[in-house]
Amino acid sequence: MARLNVNPTRMELKKLKARLKTAVRGHKLLKDKSDEMIRRFSIIIRKDKALREAVEADMGGVLGQFALARSLSSGEVVEQAFSMPVSPVAIECGTDNVMGVEVPKIEVAESENTGSLPYSFAGLTSEADASVEMLVKVLPKMVELAETEKTVRMLAAEIERNKRRVNALEYVMIPQLEETIKYISIKLDENERGAQTRLMKVKDMLSGDAE
Amino acid sequence: MNKMAVVGDNDSIMVFKAAGVDAFGAEDEKKAKEILRQIAKDYSVIFLTEELAEELRDFLKRFNESPYPAILCIPSKKGSTGFGMEELRKASEKALGIDILFKDKNR
Repeated sequence: MARLNVNPTRMELKKLKARLKTAVRGHKLLKDKSDEMIRRFSIIIRKDKALREAVEADMGGVLGQFALARSLSSGEVVEQAFSMPVSPVAIECGTDNVMGVEVPKIEVAESENTGSLPYSFAGLTSEADASVEMLVKVLPKMVELAETEKTVRMLAAEIERNKRRVNALEYVMIPQLEETIKYISIKLDENERGAQTRLMKVKDMLSGDAE
Repeated sequence: MNKMAVVGDNDSIMVFKAAGVDAFGAEDEKKAKEILRQIAKDYSVIFLTEELAEELRDFLKRFNESPYPAILCIPSKKGSTGFGMEELRKASEKALGIDILFKDKNR
């Protein structure tokens, strides 16, 4: 591991030691964060999987029912009936915080017109009504799934980033600092020994002159 | 904001209209991309059919950084392609290094 390009002085040594201390502490903190994020992630992803399975099954039912409804009436009638606007489903959006990651928090607001259809009952068969009704029931689940799925994605990205930081500290930053500190202390010791022998030599020379 | 939208082929999304979700018809991925660009700021939840999501995989990555819009892939009238589950598996592999959800099935 390459050492840092610094002057081997006591000042630098002191600075580097402080940096090493910070790096080690930061590494420990990030590692703890990573562990906790992974724990939460595995809980959320399991929940997400169960929810997705449920939603996919329900959606299959809704679309099947709708296909049936379409086949029972002529295409234009269905298209016309379904192109009428209805008041949109209101949702409430906020953000939640999972280990410092901003994730969405979405809730379906209770709206007063749940169940009302945009077309008259006479216009279409009851299969169409059933498909819409089923979908209205699935929607809150779908919104929840959208929320958890987004959380999963964002958390996955954050865990990856965090892992990179931990690795950079563990395998680059900390060894580099340790090596540089070692280098400086060796250099300083060497200088000291050099000075010592020089002094002894000078003393010898001085005492030799005196005789 | 605070609205839901669905993007997909007309047959799959029509029923959403009646349930109070704004529907945008898109037959191919080019059209879908265009629509997504336009509506990404206005809608907080966007449902996208799996077929389109699969085509637009790279395009959708840009939405992963901010909490909104939350884009969710749903099965279309042809049924589930398994793309949604596949994405989950990938997320788990990305974060943990291993796939904790489906490992038993693959054995």
